[in-house]
Amino acid sequence: MSAGGTHTHNPRALQPTVSRGWWLERGSYFMFMMRELSCVFVAWFVVYLLLLVRAVGRGEAFYQQFLQRSAEPGIVLLNFISLLFVVYHTVTFFNLVPQVMVVSAGGKRVPGSLIGASHYAAWAVVSAVVAWVLLGG
Amino acid sequence: MQVARYRPEDGSEATFQEYEVPCRKEWAVLDGLNYIKDHIDGTLAYRWSCRMGICGSCGMNVNGEPKLTCGTFLSHYGSGPVRVEPLRNFPIVRDLIVDIGDFMRKLASVKPWIVRKTEKPLSEGEYLQTPQEHDEYKQFSMCINCMICYSACPVYGLDPHFIGPAAIALAQRYNLDSRDEGSAERLDILSQHEGIWGCTFVGECTKVCPKNVDPAGAIQRYKLTAAVDLMTSFFMPRGGR
Repeated sequence: MSAGGTHTHNPRALQPTVSRGWWLERGSYFMFMMRELSCVFVAWFVVYLLLLVRAVGRGEAFYQQFLQRSAEPGIVLLNFISLLFVVYHTVTFFNLVPQVMVVSAGGKRVPGSLIGASHYAAWAVVSAVVAWVLLGG
Repeated sequence: MQVARYRPEDGSEATFQEYEVPCRKEWAVLDGLNYIKDHIDGTLAYRWSCRMGICGSCGMNVNGEPKLTCGTFLSHYGSGPVRVEPLRNFPIVRDLIVDIGDFMRKLASVKPWIVRKTEKPLSEGEYLQTPQEHDEYKQFSMCINCMICYSACPVYGLDPHFIGPAAIALAQRYNLDSRDEGSAERLDILSQHEGIWGCTFVGECTKVCPKNVDPAGAIQRYKLTAAVDLMTSFFMPRGGR
């Protein structure tokens, strides 16, 4: 790339170093890394959902087997941890949206707080619909 | 105050030196450094100029946080100690002075000025702009090139090739200017891997900015622009740009 390359050409300058544990040095760096890690758990939920669909497609016996495995303590613990990470992923995503989305209406910029709030509102509505379906309508 | 010292002629590593400085209510960290320089140790080297948060030259790490030392008050840290270090992620030339050459090269590479394909004749007057058009880029024009955002950015620390927050924010400042016609030229530079795509949206640049510029937002918006540009040029190769 044409821009930059190395930090300096000054041989007497003290070169900057970054430790392997840089992400533990500040709380905000740590939370950022947790946000990055949350992608793994999002991926696990996708795989878990696909496994569920496959089990349903194979019939009643496979579905019951899937439910039994899902009730194992290890899977329950994994899914509980995944839920925490996915919620954190969602919250951080929604909080960052106003920084990325610039929406104008009627020649005026829509406030970022309104864009963020609309995402939370949509989340609440979808969650309510899912809860209504699961609880038997 | 505990102040980082590095003297390359000694061939030694950086160390800390302690100084007793009066903690006056109205004194900023920079005043403390000036007191040391004037009354205790004239060999201390650091940059400063305006003392009013405009010039952007007195950025340093104060108790681990990148700050403008002219706008950070000693009284905020109680009875101390206040630890002053050079900005992180930059090579240290001497004491609290860092080498800013890398940033200056990167800044110039994004063409932070108004680019016109053709200048209209003087007889037609100035380029007019509505208040709404001015508001589009005003926030990004507040950047004072203090490099505090680079100091807080772990991506720049890990990958010195990354163009970095301030340069991209300033590129966006001119892209959003209704008088500018250079966005395509800047996009060619910034759409490289070391440009906007190097950013992982840690967001620290925005949090530490003393002028409330939002470089992280600028970068993410730029990513959106680059993605739209890519799709446009893919589906409409003749009419894209």
